[in-house]
Amino acid sequence: MSRTCPPNLNPTIALAMIDRFLQEELGKTGLKGVVLGLSGGVDSALACALAVHALGADRVLAVKMPYKTSSPASEADADAVIAQLGVRSERVDITPMVDAYFDHGGDAPALRRGNFMARVRMAVLFDRSAREGYLVLGTSNKTELLLGYGTWYGDMASSLNPIGDLYKGQVRQLSRHMGLPASVIEKAPSADLWPDQTDEGEMGLTYAEADAILCLLVDERYTVEEVAAAGHPLSLVERVLGMVEGSQYKRRLPIIAKLSQRTVGIDFRYPRDWGR
Amino acid sequence: MESILKIALVQMAPSLGLPEKNLAKHLDWLATPEASEADLVVFPELSLTGYLLQDLVAEVARPVREEGYLAPLLEASRQRDIVVGMVEESPEFLFHNSAVYLSGGHVHHVHRKVYLPTYGMFDEGRYFAAGRHFKAFDTRFGRLGVLICEDAWHLSSSYLLALQGAHTLLVMSGSPGRGLATDRVEATSVQTWERVGQTLSQFLTLHWAYVNRVGYEDGLAFAGGSYVADPFGELLLDGAENREAIYRADLPLASLRRARTQTPLLRDEKPELVLRHLRDHLRER
Repeated sequence: MSRTCPPNLNPTIALAMIDRFLQEELGKTGLKGVVLGLSGGVDSALACALAVHALGADRVLAVKMPYKTSSPASEADADAVIAQLGVRSERVDITPMVDAYFDHGGDAPALRRGNFMARVRMAVLFDRSAREGYLVLGTSNKTELLLGYGTWYGDMASSLNPIGDLYKGQVRQLSRHMGLPASVIEKAPSADLWPDQTDEGEMGLTYAEADAILCLLVDERYTVEEVAAAGHPLSLVERVLGMVEGSQYKRRLPIIAKLSQRTVGIDFRYPRDWGR
Repeated sequence: MESILKIALVQMAPSLGLPEKNLAKHLDWLATPEASEADLVVFPELSLTGYLLQDLVAEVARPVREEGYLAPLLEASRQRDIVVGMVEESPEFLFHNSAVYLSGGHVHHVHRKVYLPTYGMFDEGRYFAAGRHFKAFDTRFGRLGVLICEDAWHLSSSYLLALQGAHTLLVMSGSPGRGLATDRVEATSVQTWERVGQTLSQFLTLHWAYVNRVGYEDGLAFAGGSYVADPFGELLLDGAENREAIYRADLPLASLRRARTQTPLLRDEKPELVLRHLRDHLRER
């Protein structure tokens, strides 16, 4: 039996597992619903659709948070998703908050500005979650999480993530199963932090390449040489592994200087669902 | 001896780290019509505590005694036999992942999980002491054996119990679902468990009753999929759904006789040959 990596999902099973994940993990917190940022991209669109499927549209709040340079097409896509899912939505223009900071901060390069925008959006979402009694839903996929292609404590910050174990190609596959708009699924992925930015352009590799290499390295535990022998350029495989290693800090809580007998994050180990 | 083992498998979702709440859930399950009909009710691995305990192990551990914590379950075991999963605190203050078989108001048998998975998503070797025995034990349904999850993945465990005369193995599991590339209606790990049980039940010509839990702990989706395989390796019960449920099955001893007449594998087994080879192997290693 030949195996593809990443495998083609059985969308029915994936959907059933994510439904129960959202229902049970949210249920344990005693909170009522989830809030998420809706960018117009496929990841947040899928996360939103999954939340609506699991919890119902009245328990999901989608927040659009454009900056003045954000693409209008992205917002139109977000509106299409909101209309299709019938979900409650809000629009928070983050331009005044971002500009108020950088007006006093001198010239900042695009990456600093982009990271700051991601953290402003995070702050808005956590504030909305407190207002609503909701949890913040994460929208990072497995490819981004492994490559570290996200802002630490920005878009990577959340309480529950229904799509964090799905590679980008699997996100698209499940999105088609959910009937999301084709324009959302097929367009070039972009963080939309500055005009004409695309993920693949910025990373210098395609998602198809990234998914295939990561799946062999991470899921199948191939060595770098074995991945190369499976048909990927060695230099690209080494670069992907370097991105995973270099972003490990983003996937962990801060490390703590160990001084006492029992230390948070080291040998004080409890599940998050402690007593739930 | 009873000619039919009327069994009930409780595919439940324990609450993590809450032994008293889980005890109440057990009593609720035992009050269902399915459990009332059964002669033996089997709960999943760590049914009284939940699975992903980490440092909670020491806090939820209880001694296996006939007074105190287990008393309500012992009382219930006067109606029918019950097997539960719990963190057992030994007299030496070691913590075991244990299955406790209750019958007629007494603790009849305790199995301490021998193989503690400590790899991938599993970390049991960090928190639990390993058991050292696989012991078949007599009941009014004949000889039974208990395996806890990873125990079943070591060929020797079910082999040893079968040699001791166990004709039914109770396999209590806390197995997370994973692997989504499948044409069937369940995660790949559920199919794998069925393959293991159907193969071993056919090789050893015995009944294999598998009960797995459901529910989520820190993102792990326990996959359910409880089933019973008969001595021919066929599924007698296939509870594929991933939700809380109680399943009933009747395990006729007559099918053991038929399977062992048709295919007398156990009759022809040569444990002395195995022992000789094992001795040689251990000497040469």
